[in-house]
Amino acid sequence: MSGIEFILAGMLAAATPFLLAALGELVVERAGVLNLGLEGMMALGAAIGFIVVYEGGGHVAAFLAAGLVGVGLALVFAGLALGLRANQVAVGLAVGILGQGLSSLVGNSYESLTITGLPKLAFPGLSDLPVVGGMFSQDIIVWLSLIATAAIWAMFRYSRLGLILRAIGENPAAARAIGYRVTALRLGAVVFGGAMAGFAGAYAATVYTPLWADGMIAGRGWIALALVVFGIWLTGRIFFGALLFGALSLASLVAQTEGWAVPSQLLSSLPYIVTIVVLGIITSNKRLLKVNGVASLGEPFGP
Amino acid sequence: MPAPLLSLRKMTKTYGQTVANSAIDLDVAAGSIHAILGENGAGKSTLMKLIYGVERPDEGEMHWNGEPVHLTSPAEARRLGIGMVFQHFSLFETLTVVENISLIVPGSKVDLAARIRALGQDFGLVVDPFAHVHALSVGERQRVEIIRCLLTEPRLLILDEPTSVLPPQAVGLLFETLRRLRDGGVSILFISHKLDEIRALCDRATILRGGRVTGDVDPRDHDSHDLARMMIGRDMPAPLHLAPMPKGEMRLELTALDHQPDDPFGVTLAGVSLRLHAGEILGIAGISGNGQAEMSRLISGETLLPASRRDEIRMMDKPVGHLGPAARRALGLAFVPEERLGRGAVPDMTLADNSLLTAHPLGLLKRGLIDRQAEARFTAACIADFDVRTSGPEAEAGSLSGGNLQKFIMGREISLNPRLLFVAQPTWGVDIGAATAIRHRLVKMRNAGVAVLVISEELEELFEICDRIQVLHKGSLSPSLDPRSTRPEEIGRWMIGSASVVA
Repeated sequence: MSGIEFILAGMLAAATPFLLAALGELVVERAGVLNLGLEGMMALGAAIGFIVVYEGGGHVAAFLAAGLVGVGLALVFAGLALGLRANQVAVGLAVGILGQGLSSLVGNSYESLTITGLPKLAFPGLSDLPVVGGMFSQDIIVWLSLIATAAIWAMFRYSRLGLILRAIGENPAAARAIGYRVTALRLGAVVFGGAMAGFAGAYAATVYTPLWADGMIAGRGWIALALVVFGIWLTGRIFFGALLFGALSLASLVAQTEGWAVPSQLLSSLPYIVTIVVLGIITSNKRLLKVNGVASLGEPFGP
Repeated sequence: MPAPLLSLRKMTKTYGQTVANSAIDLDVAAGSIHAILGENGAGKSTLMKLIYGVERPDEGEMHWNGEPVHLTSPAEARRLGIGMVFQHFSLFETLTVVENISLIVPGSKVDLAARIRALGQDFGLVVDPFAHVHALSVGERQRVEIIRCLLTEPRLLILDEPTSVLPPQAVGLLFETLRRLRDGGVSILFISHKLDEIRALCDRATILRGGRVTGDVDPRDHDSHDLARMMIGRDMPAPLHLAPMPKGEMRLELTALDHQPDDPFGVTLAGVSLRLHAGEILGIAGISGNGQAEMSRLISGETLLPASRRDEIRMMDKPVGHLGPAARRALGLAFVPEERLGRGAVPDMTLADNSLLTAHPLGLLKRGLIDRQAEARFTAACIADFDVRTSGPEAEAGSLSGGNLQKFIMGREISLNPRLLFVAQPTWGVDIGAATAIRHRLVKMRNAGVAVLVISEELEELFEICDRIQVLHKGSLSPSLDPRSTRPEEIGRWMIGSASVVA
């Protein structure tokens, strides 16, 4: 398998943890809430998902449990940030640290154990194509994530719910004045974001690398947060951002195995460097930012 | 007599120590245009919030069609048939007109767009359903708000100071629309402090002063004099007269100034030219959002020009386009911005510390350190000279009412003895007494040989105090007009672009 084939075949799966978490955060931020606790929510989802599979519960139960703990942490966040209108940055960081701490605690006795991932489902015909064939052989979660991406894109573009979420994110006071229950809608968005972060963590620990190691989320939550901004709150851009990041992390592996004369530390930092550079370039388009940016992002709102 | 559509009894609302509404009685008949008349701070907005369910009263009853109701949210008010057009619009800028409307009115976008067009035809409220709101003028936004309300088929339409954003021609058009609505059976609550408008439009007027009802009359039976007395508790102050002044030296000159703002929704200025001499007041008329914000930042020095274009802005006969605010102030500029909190004053700081921000050259510093006594003396003098109602120099700026803070900021800037005074929206949200005092002060500055530049949306105000008026429209400035020989309608034509007649 050549390097390029390896990258093409693996990038969708590599992108999925970022994509799931970022899609959830996209909905949260579009509604005007900034949840910085993504990393911790993913970590706890990963730990719980791994434990459920290891103890014989299967992957369906694992994803459900991971989604639930994500929602649990999201509710802690919502209680403080929406209910008590505390500073969203501080609460998000605190909930994130809580999630990471809990993941270390519950995962302590499972350290370095492994499980079996999920089988790949192939598109008949397409998956036999040369070079690109690997792209059409993916596990079920990857396919579901692609469907979720399309669904969220369509929601923001065509549905009334998408319109309402954008409205409360832009101007919550006006949305309230015309009769929307801003806090309830924001709560719904935060809960959705929590569930997606839980799924993202479960995917990372039970499918993508089916083993448990403390700290295995390794900054993926932060990258997902960056992707939302780098994608200027547009679903399509976030998808391509996740894909780019997934492809780059695989590319750095390929470069290492092919023995490039570049320090491996530099190669593994490459995806982050590229993300920073691309983020800087893309977000310099003020017009796009103004039209798609979320005006009330992170500001507490209450009657 | 049939039961009134809306009836309020003893409505009371207090915020902390302040009684915003005290035992208000109000009856709005079906099919009438009913005015709520009062100065800023008289309690009009609070009363509307109670009627629209945004706030809940502490005491009092509300009856709708004779039935008692207790509103807890705007959604409930809308279900009853109460619609409201806000003064500061509740539209979403990043959405299109039809998307904004579909947030309230059910139906597909295609269907809604057709209804928006049909309604626009019927009531003279023409607007493109697929335009983005951020690209619309203020007048168009108001139309969108009104259309959005009308599509919910309200029985009662509340309009909060609707004419404050319209040129004179468009006011006539709006009144025509409102009369047609009334004839169609919709009652209208019309909130305003403009006496002539109320006498021209309304069948009934309830007058508020200090949170209480001071009159409930048919406005057509009373002249403006009577109404004013009910509204402010005394006679209207006499208008000012400008004594002729010899033409002084040039204090501010903009020459063919072009400017493309950083903000993509900002207004591009094209070929803006003006000349302002010592001893005159130049007024910049026009509806907000036509480049006023961009122009004021260029004059204050908050937006800089490259050094190669520094000659496009000259102050006291020196090129200043590339100089920052401090350097321009050192030349003798004083500036009162439109936003009092955050730009004119720091809300969390005391008045004394706010004095220091611009008045530090007036001996408030000793060897680079703050002289607290001098600071307190200066602030106390400002408070006394400009009749600022506050507990004293140690009060936080954010705790003052808009009008009082404006008086304080004006006082601070005037105390700098500027050679060029630039004031944006000098009397915005200020009660009549204080507004008169501020206008007198501006004229006094002029008579003392200061060059005064005023940006204002209040045409009457500009006519009262200005030697010359120029109108800003879509980033272009009209030629200089003489208020003594120009009719308001003519200014209005410049306000909407002289080519078109309908706004």
